[in-house]
Amino acid sequence: MRLTVDGREAYAYTGGKTFDPALPCVVFIHGAMHDQSVLSLESRYFAHHGYGVLALNLPGHGRSAGPALPSAEALADWVVALLAAAGVERCALVGHSMGSLIALETAARLGDRATRLVMVGTAFPMKVSAALLDAGLNQPLRAIDICNVLSHSTLAPKPSNPGPGTWPFGANRALMRRLQSGYGAAGHGNLFHHDFSLCDRYCGAMEAAERVRCPVLFILGDKDAMTPPKGAQALGQVLRAELVRLPVGHALMSEAPNGVVEALRRFLLPPPAAGVPLAAA
Amino acid sequence: MAGSSDPGFDTLALHAGAAPDPATGARAVPIHLSTSFVFDSTDHAAALFNLERSGHVYSRISNPTNAVLEERTAALEGGVGAIATASGQAALHLAIATLAGSGSHIVSSSALYGGSHNLLSYTLPRFGIETTFVPPNDIDAWRAAIRPDTKLLFGETLGNPGLDVLDIPTVSALAHENGLPLLVDSTFTTPYLMRPFEHGADLVYHSATKFLSGHGTVIGGVLVDSGMFDWEAAHAKSGRYAELTQPYAGFHDMVFTEENTVGAFLLRARREGLRDFGACMSPQTAWLILQGIETLSLRMQRHVGNTRKVVEFLSKHAMVGDIAYPELESHAGHALAKRLLPRGCGSVFSFNLKGDRQGGRAFIEALRIFSHLANVGDCRSLVIHPASTTHFRMDDAALAQAGITQGTIRLSIGLEEPEDLIDDLGRALKAAAKAGLQ
Repeated sequence: MRLTVDGREAYAYTGGKTFDPALPCVVFIHGAMHDQSVLSLESRYFAHHGYGVLALNLPGHGRSAGPALPSAEALADWVVALLAAAGVERCALVGHSMGSLIALETAARLGDRATRLVMVGTAFPMKVSAALLDAGLNQPLRAIDICNVLSHSTLAPKPSNPGPGTWPFGANRALMRRLQSGYGAAGHGNLFHHDFSLCDRYCGAMEAAERVRCPVLFILGDKDAMTPPKGAQALGQVLRAELVRLPVGHALMSEAPNGVVEALRRFLLPPPAAGVPLAAA
Repeated sequence: MAGSSDPGFDTLALHAGAAPDPATGARAVPIHLSTSFVFDSTDHAAALFNLERSGHVYSRISNPTNAVLEERTAALEGGVGAIATASGQAALHLAIATLAGSGSHIVSSSALYGGSHNLLSYTLPRFGIETTFVPPNDIDAWRAAIRPDTKLLFGETLGNPGLDVLDIPTVSALAHENGLPLLVDSTFTTPYLMRPFEHGADLVYHSATKFLSGHGTVIGGVLVDSGMFDWEAAHAKSGRYAELTQPYAGFHDMVFTEENTVGAFLLRARREGLRDFGACMSPQTAWLILQGIETLSLRMQRHVGNTRKVVEFLSKHAMVGDIAYPELESHAGHALAKRLLPRGCGSVFSFNLKGDRQGGRAFIEALRIFSHLANVGDCRSLVIHPASTTHFRMDDAALAQAGITQGTIRLSIGLEEPEDLIDDLGRALKAAAKAGLQ
């Protein structure tokens, strides 16, 4: 589904069904150097279980026009604008890693219009090592490899995402390389350094958390080396978040695809009462 | 994973895609001989069919043992995933059928395994798919052969049987300039000797019957995707690849590139090609290939080491004419091989036996360790006469284009003691010489 947001083209995958703004809506927000495809199983599941699904490509990622926006706050403003363009009044928000910070900021902006907030593989602060940032700036392909290894906890996740026969290391590396080269080819620069710098700089989580009104779920990986679970404790207390821990690394959807879907299912189903389209409001 | 570097080749060869079995503790990969897999509920069943959850449904589409082989091969190649097939030929067919249909065209290297040549030259035209064959290292010929309906460029890393070294960087650059993917048959080199994706190839397949399994026991193939080809960009530019970029009525109106940015090709290949053509692999076969892969690097080192000794022996023998082995300076692909194949050029090569047909027969029949049969990549040493066997359907012109003469002998050097192999060849060459005098 293609939309125009702030004068630029934006893309959202709708889970294999035509998006209906009259349905309860769930918005999926990917993390750094990712796109909608890392959340395809989750998107399809909820699109076929009573939700209207918008799995976003953030600006400069995949099919959404660049350049990327400079902060989680700016991206949250963009998500709110996208919801208006899609005719969505209320929605649940699910974000992974960098996307979890954007989901948090968006929930803070939506107030009662946010029905649920799920933060997957999250931490605050989401500091990035100086070595990784430096590699991202000067050797982005090397930085992709480092990030890829740190994101996975096993050489044999079962079953793979989206299905058996997928090699998660290779899939993640190829996706990041394609996004990096596509962003550069469009003349926007270094997407890796942009995304990871954004995570590193973000400091507004506690203030945003105070404004969140909806129930919150954290889905964390016990073996997460990028955002270790202990890094989410303080924020979780402020948000009074429910917690699901899975025995995997930062690439939760890749290493525990069914575990993530199941945790989301328990938290998001049955869907709340249908949202009211803006046009009808 | 500990550390910040990818696991090395041998670690991946032993561990990628497989962990101790959580149900039994089995350390080796279990063989899951089950046609189908139980659903937890009706919702679970529907979710598996609709790609809302990951898992196995039916072993024609996926199987836990096969999945280990697929993930491990993809790991060794540096790809995003793989599909195990009934044979190497099935892997080639699956790759082509996923991208091409009636009215499509392929540009292929002329230096091919005879079975691949048959498929492209005789069988696929019946289904409306034409192929133009070009000399593998004539880049102008590759360029001239590309047409608006071309869907794929195809070659072998080391062309059979003359070991023409495919200039993958140059051919893939040409392919990408034209919005086309390059498919490579990497059977002779295996990921231990070359990883074609690192040189620009987009799709790789193996006849796993050969070095990957390595013991001459099973027939199988594996098709691997790099995930780096942008099907949507190619479609926008030329209209090609609607199979991946437009809704597919045969599977929930899925747009494969929307579903999986880097895995669209494999998604369609599995959900259409494997489902409908059905050329799947037996889990027992997958297990035997996995056993082979666990020792791939050790075996390839020995294969290459033995081959170098045999080639050195043959190169000094009076009964031996040209030897087609790229490590020799006389080979046209020598410089390219040094660049693309620094670990060696494999263990399959051919040479021209001096003398007449009678001498060739005497040579083959005098061998005691080498087995006369139609295969390569076995741990045992093998020999064959291509003009009368693997390439017998080709006329003299086609044979010449593929670098084969009536005197060409192809060897596949195994893991025996190299001195014994040299003794065996020496005796057979003596017999050939004697036959020529009679």
